[in-house]
Amino acid sequence: MTTITPQNPNPNLSPPAEIQISPINWVMKNLLTPWYNALITFIIVGIFCYAGYGFCVWAFTEAQWTVIPANLHLFGAGRYPSEEYWRLWVLLSIIVIFSGISWGIVARNVTHLFSRNVLIGLAIAALISFILPIPLLYKLAIIGLLILLSLAAWGGQKIGAKMPGLGQYIAINWFLVYLIGLWLIGGGLGLEEVTTSKWGGLMLTVLMATISIALCFPIGVIFALGRQSNLPVVKLFSVLYIEIIRGIPLIAILFMGQVMIPLFLPEGMRPDRVLRAIIGLTLFSSAYLAENIRGGLQAIPRGQTEAAKALGLNPPLTVSFIVMPQAIKAVIPAIVGQFISLFQDTTLLSIVGVEEFLGISRSVLANPNFLGRSSEVLLFNALGFWVFCYAMSTGSKYIEKRLNVEH
Amino acid sequence: MAGQSLTKDIQDTNNVTDREEMIVARDVHKWYASNEFHVLRGVSLTVTKGEVVVVMGPSGSGKSTFIRTFNALEEYQKGQISVDGIELSHDLKNIDAIRKEVGMVFQQFNLFPHLTVLQNVTLAPIWVRRRKKAEAEAIAMQLLEKVGILEQAKKFPGQLSGGQQQRVAIARALAMQPKIMLFDEPTSALDPEMVKEVLDTMRSLAREGMTMVCVTHEVGFAENVADRVVLMADGLLVEEAKPDAFFNNPQHDRTKQFLSQIL
Ligand SMILES: Nc1ncnc2c1ncn2[C@@H]1O[C@H](COP(=O)(O)OP(=O)(O)O)[C@@H](O)[C@H]1O
Ligand SMILES: [Mg+2]
Repeated sequence: MTTITPQNPNPNLSPPAEIQISPINWVMKNLLTPWYNALITFIIVGIFCYAGYGFCVWAFTEAQWTVIPANLHLFGAGRYPSEEYWRLWVLLSIIVIFSGISWGIVARNVTHLFSRNVLIGLAIAALISFILPIPLLYKLAIIGLLILLSLAAWGGQKIGAKMPGLGQYIAINWFLVYLIGLWLIGGGLGLEEVTTSKWGGLMLTVLMATISIALCFPIGVIFALGRQSNLPVVKLFSVLYIEIIRGIPLIAILFMGQVMIPLFLPEGMRPDRVLRAIIGLTLFSSAYLAENIRGGLQAIPRGQTEAAKALGLNPPLTVSFIVMPQAIKAVIPAIVGQFISLFQDTTLLSIVGVEEFLGISRSVLANPNFLGRSSEVLLFNALGFWVFCYAMSTGSKYIEKRLNVEH
Repeated sequence: MAGQSLTKDIQDTNNVTDREEMIVARDVHKWYASNEFHVLRGVSLTVTKGEVVVVMGPSGSGKSTFIRTFNALEEYQKGQISVDGIELSHDLKNIDAIRKEVGMVFQQFNLFPHLTVLQNVTLAPIWVRRRKKAEAEAIAMQLLEKVGILEQAKKFPGQLSGGQQQRVAIARALAMQPKIMLFDEPTSALDPEMVKEVLDTMRSLAREGMTMVCVTHEVGFAENVADRVVLMADGLLVEEAKPDAFFNNPQHDRTKQFLSQIL
């Protein structure tokens, strides 16, 4: 209630009621008049129907989807030992429960948590899980997780309404979930150890991407500030870092990490290859992020820092309470865009032999039993990436709306 | 020095030598580094405790620059300024001490748009004065009530009118419990119908004995509230007088010319 969490500043204003027009009228008005509009509509609809028909024919008659269920474990977790799968399921459940609770707490003031859009989203997710060529048990598991998510969100909203201060602790709790996750995946402390060479598939993709995102953000903030600094050395170092990294293609950085570091460092001193990948991704993204955030910093009017100074706030306080929050808010779309490309850039690691989601698919396709199944496998890959990237972009839109970027 | 003797004259005429000096500026010179522009050309002014000084003058004459030297938002190259007995040097410690004692209200309000009204008002007391949050909020609510925007405490600045925003800005500055308040054209960015509410707030502040330096062209405010009116032109204070004398019997041509333009 009195925390510095941004709240929707305009809860009472609802958008003006839309003028109701019948669908037929809408089609007539927007798609079929004047005549050239109708022509364009028909051509585009025709192309879509043709391609859609061709796709359906292929998907239902020619495609051999057995490659997906046969390798589902590889796609999901790479060469992770099957007797330890339960750990991943436990982790998945923890993540789903926490996502639900966080969502519920964040949306504690929303009257209808399960709005029409949310229900449609859940229904589509359930539908996709049924269409996917995976064993029934997994379909049921996915639906179970969706139900778990909804229940946790419902509970989270109840808790959040009772204890509004809880919102502050979401981030730190996610950090704990992270540590628990790494422990569950990697083992140690009483659990069987699983070396990173056995990590793989979608699990590894998500792991590398989220760690890199979490790390590159603070580093990007620091370099953005460094580039604006009055201290010549700090400024020079920041500019050099940003400009050098932005001048090197990511694949070159990843190659250096995977191929060249082993040449320099003796066995035993080399960082783990997954760690090297994460370092490469983080260094790369933080340079771009720094530039995005710098753009936001430049958009802050001078009056803001002057007002802060006049109140006696020192530079660190001014940056953390006044300048940075506004700068980041102004460039959320660009930042999320950066995160989405970071997520997709993890696929480059398949080239240097890390078996993330795309890399493991290459291994599957190299298996003589599944020769020529690349369309099916790549389509499955694409769907997997799309789900995550779409989720990120939806999340970004939601945050933007809550922070009300436009005002 | 001319500036010093002028200050002395004023003190003699006002008979205020026994009162505590809150701001003493002596022969202040400032050049803008970017274009070598000599913006303040030897300005001297003394403001005593509880005094309200209105600064007038044509646009570009250096009024903002001058009053912004009082809380070290602008550097100066020559002369001395002391605020509440603290010599303003380039030492950061002094700057912090002075900024705690001097509140400032800007033409463009400069509220923090991402924070609620209440958060705007409590931020500095909590982080600079190290007040407990509950205590800071209690003080903030009192101040918001005083400036007449208590109901808006949970809103964001963007949801308020200009006049309301400026009153929040005044409350925000007062929350630091300053000894001096600086106003830089606080009503110039407002629609005419909102000027009065802001001036009324300033007037009641003056009545409570706040030491105030106001850059404003509101003649009514200057006549009724100011203890002294000064005219600044081309980086110099050309006239310094009680409001009555300033408006009805100006001594300098520059003042007459200026008054003929605004009256
Ligand atoms: N950062 C700056 N660099 C160079 N000249 C400036 C700068 N800021 C203000 N000036 C000049 O200094 C003069 C005085 O400005 P200011 O104090 O804002 O005047 P006033 O408030 O009386 O209108 C103006 O001529 C303005 O152009
Ligand atoms: Mg000005």
